[in-house]
Amino acid sequence: MVIRDYIFLGIFLLVMACVPLLLKNDYYISIFVFASFNCLACIGLSLLLGYAGQISLGHAAFIGIGAYTSGYLTTQFAWSPWITMFIGVVISIIIAIAVGVPSLKLRGHYLAMATLGFGAILYIVAVAAVDITGGPAGLNNIPPLNLFGLILDSDKKFFFFSWSVVVIGLLFALNLINSRVGRGLRALHGSEDAANSIGINTSSYKIQIFIFSAVFSSIAGSLYAHYVTYIDPGPFGIMHSVLLMTMVAVGGMHKIWGAVIGSLLLSLLPEFLSFSTGYFKTFGIEYKPDYDTLVYGIILLSIMLFLPEGLYGGFSSAFRAVKNIVKRNGKKAKSSS
Amino acid sequence: MEITNQDFSNLLQYIFMGIQRGSIYALAAMGFNIIYNSTGVINFAQGEFVVYGGLMMVSLTMTMNLPVPVAFFFTVLFVMLIGILMERLTINTVKSPTVLRLVIITIGVSIFLEGIAMVSWGKNSHVLRHFSSSETFEVFGAMILPQTLWIIGILVFIALGFILFFNYTMTGKCMRACSINRDAARLVGINDRKMVMISFALSAGIGAIAGIIITPIIQMDYGRGTMLAIKGFGAAVVGGLGNSVGAIFAGILIGIIEAFGAGYISSHYMDAIALFFMLIVLFVKPSGIFGSSEASKLKEF
Repeated sequence: MVIRDYIFLGIFLLVMACVPLLLKNDYYISIFVFASFNCLACIGLSLLLGYAGQISLGHAAFIGIGAYTSGYLTTQFAWSPWITMFIGVVISIIIAIAVGVPSLKLRGHYLAMATLGFGAILYIVAVAAVDITGGPAGLNNIPPLNLFGLILDSDKKFFFFSWSVVVIGLLFALNLINSRVGRGLRALHGSEDAANSIGINTSSYKIQIFIFSAVFSSIAGSLYAHYVTYIDPGPFGIMHSVLLMTMVAVGGMHKIWGAVIGSLLLSLLPEFLSFSTGYFKTFGIEYKPDYDTLVYGIILLSIMLFLPEGLYGGFSSAFRAVKNIVKRNGKKAKSSS
Repeated sequence: MEITNQDFSNLLQYIFMGIQRGSIYALAAMGFNIIYNSTGVINFAQGEFVVYGGLMMVSLTMTMNLPVPVAFFFTVLFVMLIGILMERLTINTVKSPTVLRLVIITIGVSIFLEGIAMVSWGKNSHVLRHFSSSETFEVFGAMILPQTLWIIGILVFIALGFILFFNYTMTGKCMRACSINRDAARLVGINDRKMVMISFALSAGIGAIAGIIITPIIQMDYGRGTMLAIKGFGAAVVGGLGNSVGAIFAGILIGIIEAFGAGYISSHYMDAIALFFMLIVLFVKPSGIFGSSEASKLKEF
């Protein structure tokens, strides 16, 4: 981690600590809890997309694996949620290896389609395997998490817990990219051939990162299951995978912080849009939640076309520009005096 | 086990069902290949071209009551225009294109088009009249729709047109030159950007035709694009990415596997079976079951 990361982390912790103080309504806190799941998954996905340069369109499936493993094992066998979360992670690792190893050995974006196909299969299984997943009706009565005797049953308690998990994931990811693996990945990003030639096993690095990102998603899924205590296949479809990727790309895919910004903004966006429905009406536009897809598409397209480094990249280049202007003016002032 | 007549006619029924669906995957795969060969990008909006073809045809024939051939022509033209706009407004404007960025842009276009389709055509599925009669006729006990014959006929027609275009016209040859070596093609005076645009137009046109001919059978709604795109891509991979003749056979093969899966295993898992087959081929022989790994390195249409 570099100094800037510590500063950002401080700001981030401060902002997040203020959220429950400012929001009196539990409903809005729950939106932030959902945002934390997306954030955790996006941190993992950002490692994959931004550092390994690979697209995955199946991460919602890993969230689903985490959620269903936790949901099934806790309701059927009454196992401890912590154990089931761990089992979910193990299953995700196995599947990530099975999907990732063959498709990441190939050049190009085979992983995108392999994960898309895999995500679609898993969704179909979640709907059709009624005996295990409960089918479209889903699984009910999943127990809440128990943290050393403290039962996380309120929105506020879960808010602090899940964002703490996000911070741990964030620390892990930030340390990873400043480690040997991270440097290897950056070399890979510059030129795969050059990285190979100096002895970096590029496909092995890509696979490792894919596994990490799957683990992040799986944990997010387990947390989700224990938070809402009810799961159905709905949130684990392809659209959610695409949405996660959109969050990372919008925030800025070459920086972990971009994923944090993107996932927070886009998780809050539907709320914001439904909030401003009245405002749209004054322009004669009837805004419906159905239009969310279109809005996401427009956001992703305009970011990729005009701000390829995402919002984070946009902010930092704007910041640099301002800094340069200030510096120049300062020099002018000095030379004129 | 004795094979009865009933078993045979069921088998035949599934084969026809498979060919009918597989033809659509084959056409979608050809669309993938055209753009892949000219840009190296997998166009995630390919499924949307199919959806727009189907939905536009519904609007033109069912609400505006245009005759089928006229509506067919205008629908294909309309979707080709979408393809050209997509290339001119997004792909062409990118100053420093990396494949990653272009792929994400096509994903963005795909979400955008899906959103537009939902706003303009609504969420319900749309019915389209069959081209000729919708009465089935019997072949060895299997019931076949005349629309199936239309689908097969149009697939053959497009495949022939495709081969003629890429082998005997100047534009087609230029596109092949670009796909083999873009810099060299530019050196001999081929306008490579224009070729990319043409490839998007062609790809969109083929997608539109696929949408038009399948809509009478499956009905079309705004959200079908993703699944059609995955299976079309599956066909492209199984046939060897970039190899369109392989894609046609692979598409039909996937269609038949899917129909057998639905008939003999479970219709719930129909989509999963086809995708599973695609993943297996992707993992075991990523160069496709029809191509050798050396040939797959040379991009050809």
